[in-house]
Parts: sequence; structure tokens; C-alpha cells
Amino acid sequence: MVQIALDHIYKKYENATNYSVTDFNLHIKDQEFIVFVGPSGCGKSTTLRMIAGLEDISKGELKIEDKVVNNESPKDRDIAMVFQNYALYPHMTVYDNMAFGLKLRKYDKTEIDRRVNDAAKILGLSEYLKRKPSALSGGQRQRVALGRSIVRDAPIFLMDEPLSNLDAKLRVSMRAEIAKLHQRLNTTTIYVTHDQTEAMTMADRIVIMKEGKIQQVGTPQEVYDNPANVFVGGFIGSPAMNFFNVIFKGDRISDEEGNFELEVPQGCAKVLNDKGYQGKKMIFGIRPEDLHTENAFLDTFPNAVVSATVVVSELLGAESQLYSKIGNAEVVAKVDGRDIKETGSELKLGFDLNRSHFFDSESEVAVY
Amino acid sequence: MKNKKQGSAQWLSLIFLIVLGVVWITPLLYGLMSSFKSNLEMQSVGFKFLPINWLFTNYTRLLQNTSNTPVFRWFLNSIVISGGSTILVLVVTSLSAFAFSRLRFRGRNVLFMFLLSTMMFPPVMNIIPLYKIMTTLGWANTPWAMIFPAATGVFNIFLIRQFMDNIPIAYDEAARIDGASDWQIFRIVILPLIKPVLFVVALFTFTGSWNDFLWPSIVFSDINKMPITPGLKLLQGMYVADIPTLMAGAIIAIIPTFILYLVAQKYFLQSMSLSVGVKG
Repeated sequence: MVQIALDHIYKKYENATNYSVTDFNLHIKDQEFIVFVGPSGCGKSTTLRMIAGLEDISKGELKIEDKVVNNESPKDRDIAMVFQNYALYPHMTVYDNMAFGLKLRKYDKTEIDRRVNDAAKILGLSEYLKRKPSALSGGQRQRVALGRSIVRDAPIFLMDEPLSNLDAKLRVSMRAEIAKLHQRLNTTTIYVTHDQTEAMTMADRIVIMKEGKIQQVGTPQEVYDNPANVFVGGFIGSPAMNFFNVIFKGDRISDEEGNFELEVPQGCAKVLNDKGYQGKKMIFGIRPEDLHTENAFLDTFPNAVVSATVVVSELLGAESQLYSKIGNAEVVAKVDGRDIKETGSELKLGFDLNRSHFFDSESEVAVY
Repeated sequence: MKNKKQGSAQWLSLIFLIVLGVVWITPLLYGLMSSFKSNLEMQSVGFKFLPINWLFTNYTRLLQNTSNTPVFRWFLNSIVISGGSTILVLVVTSLSAFAFSRLRFRGRNVLFMFLLSTMMFPPVMNIIPLYKIMTTLGWANTPWAMIFPAATGVFNIFLIRQFMDNIPIAYDEAARIDGASDWQIFRIVILPLIKPVLFVVALFTFTGSWNDFLWPSIVFSDINKMPITPGLKLLQGMYVADIPTLMAGAIIAIIPTFILYLVAQKYFLQSMSLSVGVKG
């Protein structure tokens, strides 16, 4: 039922010369799990805070359920928000922290009690209701912060980097828990993070931002497979996509130093030709997992093999990451764990060109 | 080698502090001891620390004389004045600090700077204008003459504001989203969190008001209305030759602040670190 519409939203802070958020357009469907992702300072938190009503909107319209709410105060927007540092009141017990919003809204005692206890049960906090936040672990505090939002039963959840204060292991488990919670409550959720893994694993749709502008909106699969520009290609996926400056000539691409020359698959070459890139500079991108070292691949595609020098190799267990150099260009390959190589050794890298990406060398926008 | 050096440094500082402590406490203890001596002993015997005969008559006489020097009355007046000042200061300064720390309004920083700049003037400059104001309002010889001016303590506002600035704004924002008004944020969220600094302000205000001498001795002329500090001055005139009784009066006057210090030592120390901007 709830639908949030952001129409041409701009934000400029007082005394700032530049806009922090520029022309932000997005329509969020009911029950959707949206993740805003981007490097720090990209305007994702600002946008979230504008939706919450904690920041003024400089220009544009924000609608919740078809009603313009630009000038509504936060409490009238009926949203619940989880903060990065949890913002649990240190002088109140877990119970009082969770009941706070309900008490302010004058719910009756039995209703508050029922809701708090229900939420505590869902989050496994029933034993801790009488404790103060200082007596809880990081993960438990995080849960209380979630609980405080759940009890409100608000139709919209906003989460501002809720997991960034947790250690790596806890982050993974809380990630799954938040996803589960969303499946259970089906509340429209907007989640802000700088961690692309969180974005990929949790989102229905990801909004990738940079310097206050939306770079791409799409499902995790879409943004991974078809990044709209070099930035998205490099930001989503770990390790990041490899990029080479190349020249497209005939049906082949070659780097400027002549370290490699590769044949572009026919369908791709046709598109590049049609778009007028014949003989022009381009940015060629390929993901680390689309670089191969296994003999089967190298034997099957002898024309797609380039030699490289290993700089560092990292064994992660099941897989290893080979940081290598082709000429001066750095390249990362994600290969089988057994394919670990010594530093300085020669390496044959097979390029899976069917999975290559091409970007305009000036605008950096995806071409193919 | 290093440990030895550190050890001797510690010994040196210990000795230094003991000497300093003795220098500070000797006059106080001498005053206390003298209050138990007879006037004759005080004047005839040379310097002697302990009384030869322990007498309590100085105290009883002092407390029983209610016509010229109503010490007990002064004591009560002082409690009313200091207590009243403390309550008013807490209310006014915590609210102003909240405004300066949390509310956004035009000219906030300019106003705050202006307030701070008033701290640069020596308080004595205020006395004559203030006296004029008090007599015009008809507050001379009433507790208000001391209680109201105390509420303008800019330093206290500054202290509380600094403390509040260290409380994450996310608390306010979370409360706001949950539907709290500014007043509710102050009352339910911020006030419980600033208790330590409020305690410090309360202690400073109470002792400051209790020990203030210059202002009350100007603004109070009615013997029955004045607090104990100008009262002590009257005692001096009355018992000019009776040092032990004077001492007894002084000892009575320091009892409340002394007890307060014993009870709240921890907070006094905390106040020192607060005032240099380190969170206690």
C-alpha cells in the first residue's frame, strides 16, 4: 500500500556551494527492500534523512502514499528509523527503550506490553528486557534498536548503516536476520550502507549513488551483470572489476602499449561498430571471476590468453585472488584455491570475452 | 634506573603535597581549636594549639543571643538563599544550555558569544547598577536580591552546553521520529543524561552563594533578613575583643559547605575536569 515517491529531490546544506543530492528520482513500491549504496559522502544518508524528515528538502517533492510530505514533521510521516549508533537511551532499560515511542503516542499499557514482548520474542531479547543498554553486547544493542522500530508497527523502515558498528561475523548473521525480518513483516524498507555485499545480499533493488547523483537503480543481478557505467562496475562486486584502456579496431581490441590483442565476440563487435566506436578508444571491463587460469579454458580459447606477472596472490581457502600486472595495467583474477601462484611468476590468463563490458572512454557510460 | 627516578619523584611530590596541606589546614584547625578556648586563655597564654580547658560556652552563648546577632536565623536565611539560588540556576541554565546546544534559531551563535563576553567583565562592576535595580524593585533585604542575580551565571550555561554537545544528536532524532516534542526530548532524553554536570553546577552554585560576602553585605541592612556571611561581619563588630566566640561563629558558618564537600567530593573533582572541557 505504501509507496514512496521521490521526484527531482535536491539538497543543498546551508552555506554549502554544491548540492549534496542532485535530481534524485525514485519510486519505491510497497514492501520493497531498497538499498542505497555508495562511498562516503555520496548523499545516501542525506537522502534517507530527508525521507525521515530530519533534513529539509531544498527542491523537489517527496510523496508518501500520494501525499506530499515535504513539510510534515518526522512524527507525522509514520516511519521508524534505526540509527548507525543505535541511539539507545542509556538511562532506560531495554523495555523502556522499546516502549518509548509507544508511550509518547499514548498507547495503553497492555498494548505496549504486548507489542514489546512480541518484538522481544522475535528478536530473542525476552531475557534482557530489564537490562540497561550498557549491559548488552553490540549485537544485542543492534537488536534492541531494531525492536524499537518493530514495536511501532510503522509502514516504513529506514535504516542508516545499522551494521557498520558490528564485527565482521556478527554483521553477516545480523544481515541474514534483517532479511528474515523483512520477509516476515513485509515492511517497506530503505537501507543505507557503504558495503556493496550488504546491498547485493539484502536488496530487492539497489540504488547506487556517487557525488549526490543516482548512478543506477536495479536488482542486484541487473547492476552486477549490466553496470551502467565504470563507477558501478567498479563499485559492485568484490574484488572490483578490472578496467583496461583499449582501442577497438576491426573486430579486435588492443591496449595502447601492445601488451595484448583480443578478438571481440561477433555480437559485441557489431554493437560497437553500430555505435560508431570503430577505431576509437574505449574502456574494457572484465570481472575477476571471468579471468581463467585452468588449462581446460586456456586450451579451448587459445586466442583469448594474455600473459601476466603475479604481484601478490591471496589464498582465501576455496578460491584465491591473483593480483597481477599486464604491462602497466593491474589486474585481479579470482581463481580456484589450488591455483595459487608465486610472486613474480609468469601467468597465463584466459579472458572470457563473452562476459566483457565496454564503456565510452570519455563519459564512462556503458556501451555494451 | 628509571623506576628509581620515578620513585623519588613520587616521594618528592608527596612531601611537597604534605607541606602544602599543612600550610592550608593549620589556620583552619587553629580557628577550630580556638573556638573551644576561653577569651582569657586566648589572650593571656601565648601561642598554643590545643585549648587547656575545652569550653562549649562560646557556641551556646552565640546561639542563645538572638537580639543583636541572630546566628541561627542567619543560618536559615543562608539556606533559603543558597537553596533557592541553586534551584533557579538549575532550571534556567539547563534550559538555556539546551536551547544553545540543540535548538536552531537565528542569531544563536551571536547571542551565545555575547553572553560569553559578559564573563570578561569583573563582577564588581555590576554591583552599583545591580543595587540600583534591586532597590527600585524593592528587593533589597529580601532573598530575591541574591537568588535572581545568581541565575545569570553564564559560565554554568557554558558548562552544561559543552556537556550536552557531547551527547549524540541521534538521541534527539530517534526521539523526534518516535514523536517527541522539544520539551519531551529535553525532559525525557537529555535531562537524565546531563545529571553529572547538573550536580556540579548545583554544588558550585550552592557554595558560591553561601560564601558570597560582598554582595549580601551591601544589599542586606536588616539584621533579621541577612545571610550568615555579612552576619559574621556584625559578629566581629560585636565581639571585637572575643576571638574565641568569633571563631565559633565562623565554624558554624562553614558547617554546611564542609558537609557538602564531604558528601560530594567525587563531584567536586569531576567538576574540575569538566571545566577544562574533558568529559567526566
